[in-house]
Amino acid sequence: MALTQEIVRKRLTDQFGDSLTEWGEPQGMLTFTAPREMNLKVLSFLYDEADLAFRFLTDLTAVHYPDRAGEEICVVYHLHNLSANLRLRLKVYAPVAQPDVYTATRIFAAANWMERETYDFFGVNFIGHPNLKRVLNVDEMDYFPLRKEFPLEDQTRIDKDDEMFGRG
Amino acid sequence: MSETNHIRLPEGSIERMTTTLNLGPTHPAVHGVFQNILELDGERIVKTEATVGYIHRAFEKIAERRPLYQITTLTDRLNYCSAPINNMGWHLTCEKLLGIRTPKRVDYLRVIVMELARITDHLICTSIVGVDAGAFTGFLYVMQYRELVYEIYEEICGARLTTNMGRIGGFERDFPQAAWDKLERFLREYPKAQKELETLLVRNRIFYERTRGSGAISAERALNYGFTGPNLRAAGVDYDVRVHEPYCSYQDFDFRIPVGTTGDNHDRFMVRTEEIWQSLSIIEQAYRKIQDMKGPEANVYHADAPEYYLPQKTDVYSKMEALIWHFKIVMGEVDIPAGEVYHSVEGGNGEVGYYLISDGGRSPYRLHFRRPCFIYYQAYEELVQGSMLSDAIITMSSLNLIAGEMDA
Repeated sequence: MALTQEIVRKRLTDQFGDSLTEWGEPQGMLTFTAPREMNLKVLSFLYDEADLAFRFLTDLTAVHYPDRAGEEICVVYHLHNLSANLRLRLKVYAPVAQPDVYTATRIFAAANWMERETYDFFGVNFIGHPNLKRVLNVDEMDYFPLRKEFPLEDQTRIDKDDEMFGRG
Repeated sequence: MSETNHIRLPEGSIERMTTTLNLGPTHPAVHGVFQNILELDGERIVKTEATVGYIHRAFEKIAERRPLYQITTLTDRLNYCSAPINNMGWHLTCEKLLGIRTPKRVDYLRVIVMELARITDHLICTSIVGVDAGAFTGFLYVMQYRELVYEIYEEICGARLTTNMGRIGGFERDFPQAAWDKLERFLREYPKAQKELETLLVRNRIFYERTRGSGAISAERALNYGFTGPNLRAAGVDYDVRVHEPYCSYQDFDFRIPVGTTGDNHDRFMVRTEEIWQSLSIIEQAYRKIQDMKGPEANVYHADAPEYYLPQKTDVYSKMEALIWHFKIVMGEVDIPAGEVYHSVEGGNGEVGYYLISDGGRSPYRLHFRRPCFIYYQAYEELVQGSMLSDAIITMSSLNLIAGEMDA
């Protein structure tokens, strides 16, 4: 039987119960949120179970939501089951004050640089990462540039404000 | 002379048995701006440390302040050997979020452009593998035809390398006759040049000995390292986005996906070589399909998407609606619907993905590029561990590492 999103969702809820939340299918991709201390349990369950076999890490990145108090940093995993050709998206939220998330490098070798990049730009502290240092920016940098509070341009300019971009 | 003038060597450097070699960031053999710090025992590589980021341009941050159509120019500069694929991938991502459906002819025109880009990307990689193995001639044979492809781009969009080709919904104008003429010339003449390159390298004893067995990776490790594209297929996994998730009507075309077995430099070279032939066949099929089109559909080159596709200039001067849309689009004042979308296309090096989150503003809330180069370059250390320095150079060129794509 072909693997479908319904089966994946049922298998996950059977295993983890109500701890997985925010189920959705934006643009057809199964998306859900896990508590941040459970990210490795969910990832390895998806990897190890023979019928699920999400063994390809397509992408790993983060998003900064300054308005979500206590869970400002969202780490996003895109997984792919190549033989059933099914993708899913796993999200994990962490507070910006202490963005600790367990590393996925033990499961996916590809996560190494992707997590370094995410650390580089968002300051996510991947616990257990073998070599968590900046990868694209200079080592001396003391800020995380993709966080929303980091200005893209000289903030003294008054001719450009967020209102012009539709979110004043 | 006082003792202080003597050269001071770093501690332990006399006793150390290995040599440290900086390969890059501007070494002719690296073909791009990135650095490898190699620890050598004689000519054998003991340890590698890759340093990237020399041309990091913060595209993901810049994109958060730009309307969608201005981000196309950023995507050009990722993999600049096949910029049109990145452009089309970006347009497709936007169209997926905006819910725009493109006519068949637009899809076929895009397929032609993307496959041309794939050929230029692969011909650089395959011929550079030859150059790094000591065979310079073949490189010149095929480079002539990259020039011709760039002329085709020029006829279509006016630019050569960083193309900024197409718009959300289609193309800015229909292909002129000159582009078709040059395309016909390319289809007629390129196979000869490609055959010449292959006669020089394929089954050539020296080339075979240099490439076979070096830089090999198993299918399992390649998947774990997130390999995609020709490098993954060389290891024996037939994953191709064009087949797995057809975009741009790729399901209408008949083509094969070449796979290798060992994932070494030779297989990577052979997979790319065969993909060039498949791409030529796809272009021919698409060209024929476009020629067979009759009636009104034979002339369309964009979708009906007035909110995102610039109106005709004559309409802008004579119609109120068109003038308003023109102004709103150019000033970036069109709100993007809220949502999140991941879309990927098969780039020259593998799965080029765009993860776009919109909060309903006029520019993306967050945009992330999945750059295949960046992801598979981390396997380089494992690929060259214990091999000769000269093999490491060939491995680097057969992986087709593009600095622009690595650094974003």
